[in-house]
Amino acid sequence: MTQSSEAPRKRPISPFMIGPYYRPQLTSMTSIMHRISGVLLAAGTVLLLYWLCATASGPQEFARFLDFVTGPLGTALMIGASLAMIYHLLNGLRHLFWDAGWGLEIKKAYASGWTVIILTLVATTLLWALIFRGGV
Amino acid sequence: MNLRHPLARARGLGSAKEGATHWLWQRITAIGLTALTVWLFFCLPYLLGGYAESRSFLAQPMHAVLMALYVLLLFYHLQLGLQVIVEDYIHTRWLEVTLHILIKMLILISILTCMLALLRIALGN
Repeated sequence: MTQSSEAPRKRPISPFMIGPYYRPQLTSMTSIMHRISGVLLAAGTVLLLYWLCATASGPQEFARFLDFVTGPLGTALMIGASLAMIYHLLNGLRHLFWDAGWGLEIKKAYASGWTVIILTLVATTLLWALIFRGGV
Repeated sequence: MNLRHPLARARGLGSAKEGATHWLWQRITAIGLTALTVWLFFCLPYLLGGYAESRSFLAQPMHAVLMALYVLLLFYHLQLGLQVIVEDYIHTRWLEVTLHILIKMLILISILTCMLALLRIALGN
């Protein structure tokens, strides 16, 4: 018996196998980005709570909420939240198509991955162009 | 809701616990949220119009109900997703269990807070 078979083996633990053990690729990156955007959106629900509570509380509270979300920090948070939401939504649809058995071939998975990334950037830009043009 | 065949269960195939239900509801809430996001997008012009306009808009029964449904589906979906992330990445048992409970409590508080706010909006305080 060799020494190595007796010592407990240290296997790489998820998610730390990406990098040293697994070459980063589009499919694994879109997957981990789905989780990261999900966790960021969980934190972003604070904005949803703030918005609903401010609307329920009255004009003064609502004005304070509006001051915050239209300020530099608030605007940055809202843009980040919309980016995460649009990505999570589009990549989530990609997952639903996979669940239905569609697009699981490597070529199609790469094509849909790039489609999601490009559509996310386009849709987020369009959304904010629309909001800023509306003069909010 | 259980869509698994009793024979598969008897033969010990598939999840031993409630994995299949978790999987299914993550997808049901995802589809519901997709539809409601389209609704929310078309509501944006009214919701961005200022206090009086957005409040009276949300006070309409249909929009109040849809917003309540959105809140429920959103936080349910969130709970299912965060649970899997904690299960996958937290390898210290006591910390994992504590996080599961903490997340569920925070989500419950969030749902109740949103519902109270929506009730106040819909019923005029």
